[in-house]
Amino acid sequence: MSRESSQANRSREAQQEAEQTAARLAVALSSWEAVIGLEVHAQLRTRTKLFCACSTAFGAEPNSQVCPVCLGHPGVLPVPNREAVVLAVRMGLATGCAVRERSIWARKNYFYPDLPKNYQITQFDRPICEHGEVRFAVAAGPRSARLRRIHLEEDAGKSKHPEKAGETLSRIDLNRCGTPLIEIVSEPDLRGPEEAYAYLAALKEILEHTGVCDGNMEEGSLRCDANVSVRRRGETALGTRTELKNLNSFRFVEKAIIYEILRQIARLETGGTIEQETLLWEPALGRTRTMRSKEDAHDYRYFPEPDLPPLIVSPDWIAEIALALPELPEAKRARLRRAYGLGEGEVEILVRQPEVCDYFEQVVAGGGDSRLASVWVLTELVGHLNRLGRQITDSPVPVPEMVALLQRLAAGKLTGKLAKMALEEMVDTGSTAELVIQAHGWEVVSDDRAILQFIDAVIASNPAGVAEYRAGKDSNFRWLVGQVMKLSRGQVDPRRTEELLRQALADPDA
Amino acid sequence: MSDLLRLSASEIAAQVSRGGLRASAVIEAALARIAEVDPQVHAFLSLRAEPARRRAEEIDQRVRSGARVGSLAGVPVAVKDNLCDQDGSATCASRILERFRPSYSATALRRVEAEDAIVIGKTNLDEFAMGSSNENSAFGPTHNPWDLDRVPGGSSGGSAAAVAAGEAVLSLGSDTGGSVRQPAAFCGLVALKPQYGHLSRHGLVAFASSLDQIGPMARSARDCALLFNAVAGHDPRDATSLSRDPRIELAQLETLPDDLRLGVPRAWLGEGLDPEIRSAFEATCARFEACGAHLVDLELPDPRHAISTYYILANAEASSNLARFDGVRYGHRAEGVHDLHAMYERSRGEGFGPEVKRRILMGTFVLSSGYYEAFYAKAQAARRLLRRAFDQALETVHAILIPTAPTAAFRLGEKSGDPLAMYLSDIYTITSNLVGHPAVSFPAGATQEGLPIGMQLCGRAGDERTLLALVQAHEGRHDGVGAARSAASPVTGLLGRGPAGEGWR
Repeated sequence: MSRESSQANRSREAQQEAEQTAARLAVALSSWEAVIGLEVHAQLRTRTKLFCACSTAFGAEPNSQVCPVCLGHPGVLPVPNREAVVLAVRMGLATGCAVRERSIWARKNYFYPDLPKNYQITQFDRPICEHGEVRFAVAAGPRSARLRRIHLEEDAGKSKHPEKAGETLSRIDLNRCGTPLIEIVSEPDLRGPEEAYAYLAALKEILEHTGVCDGNMEEGSLRCDANVSVRRRGETALGTRTELKNLNSFRFVEKAIIYEILRQIARLETGGTIEQETLLWEPALGRTRTMRSKEDAHDYRYFPEPDLPPLIVSPDWIAEIALALPELPEAKRARLRRAYGLGEGEVEILVRQPEVCDYFEQVVAGGGDSRLASVWVLTELVGHLNRLGRQITDSPVPVPEMVALLQRLAAGKLTGKLAKMALEEMVDTGSTAELVIQAHGWEVVSDDRAILQFIDAVIASNPAGVAEYRAGKDSNFRWLVGQVMKLSRGQVDPRRTEELLRQALADPDA
Repeated sequence: MSDLLRLSASEIAAQVSRGGLRASAVIEAALARIAEVDPQVHAFLSLRAEPARRRAEEIDQRVRSGARVGSLAGVPVAVKDNLCDQDGSATCASRILERFRPSYSATALRRVEAEDAIVIGKTNLDEFAMGSSNENSAFGPTHNPWDLDRVPGGSSGGSAAAVAAGEAVLSLGSDTGGSVRQPAAFCGLVALKPQYGHLSRHGLVAFASSLDQIGPMARSARDCALLFNAVAGHDPRDATSLSRDPRIELAQLETLPDDLRLGVPRAWLGEGLDPEIRSAFEATCARFEACGAHLVDLELPDPRHAISTYYILANAEASSNLARFDGVRYGHRAEGVHDLHAMYERSRGEGFGPEVKRRILMGTFVLSSGYYEAFYAKAQAARRLLRRAFDQALETVHAILIPTAPTAAFRLGEKSGDPLAMYLSDIYTITSNLVGHPAVSFPAGATQEGLPIGMQLCGRAGDERTLLALVQAHEGRHDGVGAARSAASPVTGLLGRGPAGEGWR
């Protein structure tokens, strides 16, 4: 068998397996209910670490972004990063949380080589934000999950265990150590893998939209643990839960939860019980394995961090952060639909790309037609920018020039074709709409006599095509229009050209 | 011993800055004194002889060129070896940090150097500042210069002994439960535990973060204030350091508050208090009355509750603070181990001494699930009550007067087998740490055997000035250690009459 066909077989098998799993899940969930809560760690987009001035940039040489503070040297003290507090509060406000004016730092004590102090500075019984809500949608309709809390904490370093000459080595990179995180803990309000997925997507969107986190799961900026339990439909008490770790992508979150729901149901249906334990998702094997049982659970010996005074966030400060909060994705979607009459696809693009959206809205505010603007900004301009590898915030065509171009187009002074040529030149040269159009004489010809001259010339030089049209071959009409456009270098008013061409072709004397 | 070392710090600095005295001469005298007596006293764990000589020459050079020099120009200062020193050590008198070389210097150390003081060496202490006798040092105890068979107190015993023996003129210690005040009492010095937050803890290897304060030690109130002024003040590297400027105008030490009222918690002066200390206390009260103070009886919570509270909170914090010493990145690492847990256990097992282990175990226990509420949480509540009671009492008086320790310096080995007896030697000092307010120990006489006796004033929040003014007023009516014996040991024989005697101020 060739490699291609074996690969095709494998992917076919995978698809069959996925379909079978989905079918089994559907059956299982007809009499059982899944109860899921997610704990999401999001790395805050600060330049420096939570308690020292080291850089948080990803991908640097191991142990190059460290100092005595994040290395846990004797005698050093943590000093909180103000920007991290702002971002945590911003996320709290974006999810409707109550922000605690006096929250408490705590130490979580455990020994691990990538945790230099052998305790993590976090928040425990008095976190900075509590009682929020995240809305999201699944196929069946809108849903929401309550947030129990959002707290600030520092990240640990990374341990790696490379093999070298048959021996496993242990390597520690402390660059990430001390990076600011928020942990966002939901209530167990999610009722299945689809809801968990959609909740996570909504959370990621808010994090990105508010500039709190870059949302990059590959680089570990966003990490997710899931607490999963099941109960028979109609029951209100919660079942014993397990905690799933190592869910490093949206797909893993969904797959691991499905696996775990099916495992728990199968166990309970065969008379077994669920052990409270921490499980590790093994993506390569598509299953979980026990990381630690309840008996092995750590006693973290939390206590208030004596090196840090309580974290005070004054009402004025909260108000200031609220004022700077950008419009949230859900509200923005509704407004874009309402204000500009845009379709779902366009709305999604604009919500995902806030800078493009800002540009678009400025063009409309400047007098550009919203329908035209959506096409010319989202498709034409963005296309050129992609070609040049530039961001829209760095666009060679400033908003007023885009408005000028679109107004000419709307007024019929420019054909679509000419406008495209003009835009391309504006992008490439940085020139204005007016200068480009003047330089080329790209004015639309809407004077009947001038248009007729082009039409007459086309009819005269294409007797065969004209004859065929007159004999009933309608499709030749568009071709003839094209010939006129070509001859006029795109300058004739297309609508008037069509009218005049039809008249001319209908006139046998011509 | 050179007479230079009998000068006060302010006198040395004044003469050095005028060019009348060379810093190099002062340093040579101190190094000579160290060579002479430290083999018996063992105040120092390491010396900075060459760097100190270079610093002294550099200061003299600046004086000759007419440049301004700092307020401690040429003054030899001894620094407790739990303060990080970029050019030296921070052993904390522990095997686990024996070969550790700090990559930065503590703020307090940088600040004394910025005032042109000269750090001549790092002093001995109870391991990680846990102890009251210096017997918990992994490198052997310090001996009390007044009687070499006795302890200098602890944990800043090395810093106290160095100044008492004339090896340094000033020293820095740290005080978590009395660790500058009790050794100052045992060695006949003035030592201040500042308001929590007035001195940066940056670079002080933490024992119990919410209680630790660095404290200046000197032979007089004025010198103590001078050193305090050099090191105190806000530090952006310490989030618990206060923003206000706590420094004291030295001229203000001359004036006492109008209607001066001192509180005396009579109930504290019962069980366990040595009769000699008690009578020295009454004499001190009388001297303050002669200064115009009105003495007021106070009701304060039983200090034994403070002991329990203290040992729960301090050990809880210590168990976490000392977790970083694990052999992974720096410090002692056990040889020949092949798995992580064995490395942790053996490195820590070999690196820490018995008292440190005892406290880590107790601290871990009181934070453990199921015990936290009964111990840690309750101790936190007790601490709040204590603070409230102290603040209430201090609304009616300017300061509280009590002995610094229930006894004078005890013999080496006398209490080292009985941790609880040892813990009781902190009974009068730990409350100020729990409350956070400043407190000062000062010399107030001697025992029949000629050992120094110290008394203590505990002040209002942030008010070091009144405390040191009171100590200075007391110095005017009393010659400190006074009749302490003069020739009982080779070391004190050289000291002459005593720290507050003629020629010392």
